[in-house]
Formats: sequence, C-alpha cells, structure tokens
Amino acid sequence: MSESSVYGLMAEFDSAQELVAAAHRTHDAGYHKVDAFSPFPIEGLAEAIGFHKNRVPFVVLVGGIIGGLSGYLLQYYVAAITYPTNIGGRPYHSWPSFIIVTFEMTILFAGLSAVFGMLALNGLPMPYHPVFNVPEFKKASENGFFLVVFSTDPKYDDARTREFLKGLAPRMISEVPS
Amino acid sequence: MEPGHTFATIGEKVSNIVLKRPISLGWVLGFLIMFSGMNMLLFAMGYLFLKGTGIWGINIPVGWGFAIINFVWWIGIGHAGTLISAILCLLRQTWRNSINRFAEAMTLFAVACAGVFPLVHTGRPWLAYWMFPYPNTMNYWPNFRSPLIWDVFAVSTYFTISLVFWFTGLIPDFATMRDRAEHPLTRGIYGILAMGWRGSARHWHRYETAYLLLAGLATPLVLSVHTVVSFDFAISIVPGWHTTIFPPYFVAGAIYSGFAMVLCLAIPIRAIYGLEDFITMRHLENSGKVMLATGLIVAYGYGIEAFMGWYSGNQFDSMLMWNRLHGPYAFWYLSLLTSNILIPQLLWMKKFRTSTFWLWVISLIVLVGMWLERFIIIVVSLHRDFLNSSWGMYYPTKWDWMTYTGTIGMFLTAMWLFVRILPMVSISELRTLLPEAHVHEAEEVRR
Repeated sequence: MSESSVYGLMAEFDSAQELVAAAHRTHDAGYHKVDAFSPFPIEGLAEAIGFHKNRVPFVVLVGGIIGGLSGYLLQYYVAAITYPTNIGGRPYHSWPSFIIVTFEMTILFAGLSAVFGMLALNGLPMPYHPVFNVPEFKKASENGFFLVVFSTDPKYDDARTREFLKGLAPRMISEVPS
Repeated sequence: MEPGHTFATIGEKVSNIVLKRPISLGWVLGFLIMFSGMNMLLFAMGYLFLKGTGIWGINIPVGWGFAIINFVWWIGIGHAGTLISAILCLLRQTWRNSINRFAEAMTLFAVACAGVFPLVHTGRPWLAYWMFPYPNTMNYWPNFRSPLIWDVFAVSTYFTISLVFWFTGLIPDFATMRDRAEHPLTRGIYGILAMGWRGSARHWHRYETAYLLLAGLATPLVLSVHTVVSFDFAISIVPGWHTTIFPPYFVAGAIYSGFAMVLCLAIPIRAIYGLEDFITMRHLENSGKVMLATGLIVAYGYGIEAFMGWYSGNQFDSMLMWNRLHGPYAFWYLSLLTSNILIPQLLWMKKFRTSTFWLWVISLIVLVGMWLERFIIIVVSLHRDFLNSSWGMYYPTKWDWMTYTGTIGMFLTAMWLFVRILPMVSISELRTLLPEAHVHEAEEVRR
C-alpha cells in the first residue's frame, strides 16, 4: 500500500461529540491506523482512536533524575574533590548547602525534558504534512473536527472505507493526497 | 467568560487584535515613551560600565542599594504569572485560562528586568559567567555554599522554565494564527513558530501531559525562587535579615505584588482591546481576593518581625524595630504599613473589589508599598551597623533612578510589543471552557 498516491481519507464532523463517536466506531470497525484532529484537546479522543502509550511522563522522570544526580554530583565533585575550600569551617561535603542547586537542576532538566520530549515524541517540528493539502483542514485550528483513516491501514480500501465513513454522517469526505 | 461565544469567535476576536487591528496613534505614542525609557536604561548602564558602581548611591555600610531592591521587587512581580499559570492550573481554576497568557508574559519580562540588576551590581558584568560552574583554565569553581550561587541557579532555572512553559502554551495558538493570517509573511512566521502543529489527538494527548507536568514542576519552582532570594538575606547575621520567617513571607509578598501588577496591566488592556468578554469582572475580583489574602500574610510577617524584636531580648533586634519606627527612615516605614496593610483592607468590601478604578489605584499603591518593603528591609537593616562608628545613610543618585525607571520602560516596551505580536489570551484554552468542548457521558453509555 505504501506506493499508493493517497495518504488517506479525511472526514469532517460538526462537533467534538460527533468526532469522538465517529472515532470510536472507526476503531471498533477494525481501522487502527487512524488519527483525529481538533482545535483544542478533547477528553477521550486519544483513547477512542486507540492511543494509550504516552511516554511523556517517563521521559520527564528520567530527565528529572539525571538533572538531580548531575546537580548533586557536580557540587560534590567541586566542593569535596577538585576545589575544596574551607567556608566557615563547614565540612567539604556539606550536603545541606547542596540541596537547593540539586532541586533547581532537577526541575530544570525535568521541565526541559517535558517540552522537548513532547515535541520529539510528536515528531515536531514538521513543517510539511499531507493533511495540510486539504483546503478545509485550515479549520482544524478553528472549529473543524477531522478524522483521517490512513491508506497504510491493512483494512483500507478506497471505495469501502469511503462507504464506511459516509455511514458516520460527516459534513464532508475528502481524499488526502500524499 | 461571557456567554455567546463559539470556537470561531474566540479565535477571531483574539487573533484580530494582532492580525487585523490597525496600529493606533496611542499605541505608537505609548511605545515611543516606553522605548525612550528603555534607552535611558541603556544609557545609565553604559555610563555604569564606563565608571563603575561608584556612580550609584551605594557605599559602606549600605552596600546593597537600589540594585538589590529592584531585583527583589521585579522577581516578586514575576511570581504571580507562574502562580496563575501553574498553581491555578493544578487546582483546576479554569477562570485562569483567560489571564494566564499575559500573566506569563509579564513573568518573563519582569524576570528579565530583575536579571539586569544583580548582573550590573557585580561591577564587572562582563565576568558574570564566572558564576557558572564550567571547567576553566583558571582552575576555579564557584562556591556552592553561597546563597548568591543558589540565586544564579534559581533565577536562571525560573526564567528558562517560564519561557518554555509560555512557549508550549503558545504552540496551538500559533497554529490558529498561521491559519488565520492573510499575509504570506505573517503566515510564514507563525507557521515556523507553530512547528507544524496540526491538532492531532495523539499530539494533544502528549501535549496535555507535558503541560500538566510543567505546571506541577513550576509550582514548587516558583515557591523555591523567592525562598532562595530570601536566603540571600536570611543566611546572613544582619538584624532584620536573619529570620526564619523570611521564605514564606517573601513568597507571599511576591504573589501580592505580582497580582497588583496583573491588575495594573489587565484593567487598561481589557478596556483598550475590548476583552471584557474574556477577562471579566470575576477575574479582577478574584485577583483582588488573592491580593487581600497574601497581603494579610505579609501583614502577619511584619507583626512577627515586630514581635521578635521584643521577644528575642536581643538588643540589636530591638534596636532595628525601634529604628524602623523612629529612625531617619520612619516616614517610609509608616508609608509602607499604610500602603501594604491599611489601604488594601478596602478590598474586604465588594464595592472596591468590583470597581476597576479602585482596584487599579489599590494595585498601584501595593506596588509602591512592596517596593518600599524591600527598601526598608535592605536600607534600614544596613544603615545602622553593629558599631555606631560605622553608621551611615543611603541616598540614591540620579543614576539609580534612571536605572530603576529604565527597567520599567523596558518592561512596558516588551508588554507593548507583546500585545501586538502574540495572542494575549490563550485561544485553545478558552475554547475548552465552552460547553460544546466537552463530550458528554451519554456518549460513553451509548457505546
């Protein structure tokens, strides 16, 4: 199917409610390579198209651990090993003084991992994407609710998928050129 | 939000301020005034770099003058933005969706202004990078036991996280701007910023997780920043600084002045740009209530300071309180009590909380009061040293004033540009407030 000149079929719906219902029915009908587009986050839509593996929290956890460890170890290395200085008679490894920088580094690394991890997992930046070829898709950032069945789906068939989508009563159906 | 809006009208109303509204004469005049203020800052800094910090009023015993007062004041103002965007997000206070964008912008610009001061206060700002730990040929490392180094980490982390938090919130709105823009150049610029955002359900899901986690990370961060700033004082042994109440009292004061700045900006902006539908009286009233609550915490802090002056039995602590009330700066201490404690009590009355005029005036008074608080903390504590022979007075010079008012110019220049370049209200978050945005439970049952 990869040599097909069609990226998929796009259906537009009138409301968030209809989009979620349509996504459920499409997923139940056996289409798994599906995506839905909306101008704002809709609760339950990602689950409806069968998206469950969200790895953002894991990335943030790893980032936070790396940040905290590197913050503490850096201070330990500096204050106790490479540049030991006597500050008010405190021990070289005066851990209470190291808490703040450790904390800030944890937050910094975790926060940056959240943003860049989210962008990387989403595959952004991606200036070109086939869905932008459909003129109506402009409304996806306004008030349009779209469902796309990819042509790479094993069940995908130009005519039959179109029939199926028609049964969901969309506002319009359009072919997405790849 | 006021009724009668749809997904499209929200996008239209917010984006038109940037895309369609012609630039008015008032905007240009205001911009010129603010921009000249910013240039005054650059001039004052240029002369400072030439001559050194001797052009300021600082001397021994008052070595921390305007630079540190303004640093603490600006960074405190920034705190309200993060409080609104992160803490109220975690508490599911959805009314915050209308004001978080410009409050976050306010945070960024305020922290940028704050950052100027410790940098120029070092005297040799071109060597400021020595504060960062990096392997160097001097074989030198910073002292991690110093609160001033904690500050470097806290403030730079705060700025970075505030920036990415703000930018993350803007990504879906950049996509709306890209799709609404008519000029190819505008479309191109917003398109690059949107990074190809297309509103995919998978993307939204990860986006929301990341946004929530950022809010969860920014919440302890914002509390830590002013705590660390207060450590600059509390870790020392100077009477009036060496107290354990400083961290919570500084954080409350920061939020207090920050909400005052939010009101100071929001009231004129909503009137000029016709955003009364989104920034409603409820937002203003809630901000007034937050000011009242944090103001009372600050008042409690003042009370404890006075109490400890007596209860500690320490002659230097008692002397500090006596000196605040009767010393050469007594007028300013009494002005501080009036503007931070007395006048904001008007906010108990609904009449004042729901009047834009009074809210604006009270906010302005609180901003002045919070500036005076830092002045009192720094100057009054320092000018009477332990030995009478090292007592002195502090007089700011014209260069101090030029630097201070210059940062106000820089802050407002940035705000001025922000309202014309970026959507100042979060379009995608406002849309989620509409009832149509919620998929009803019935749908789940039907399945």
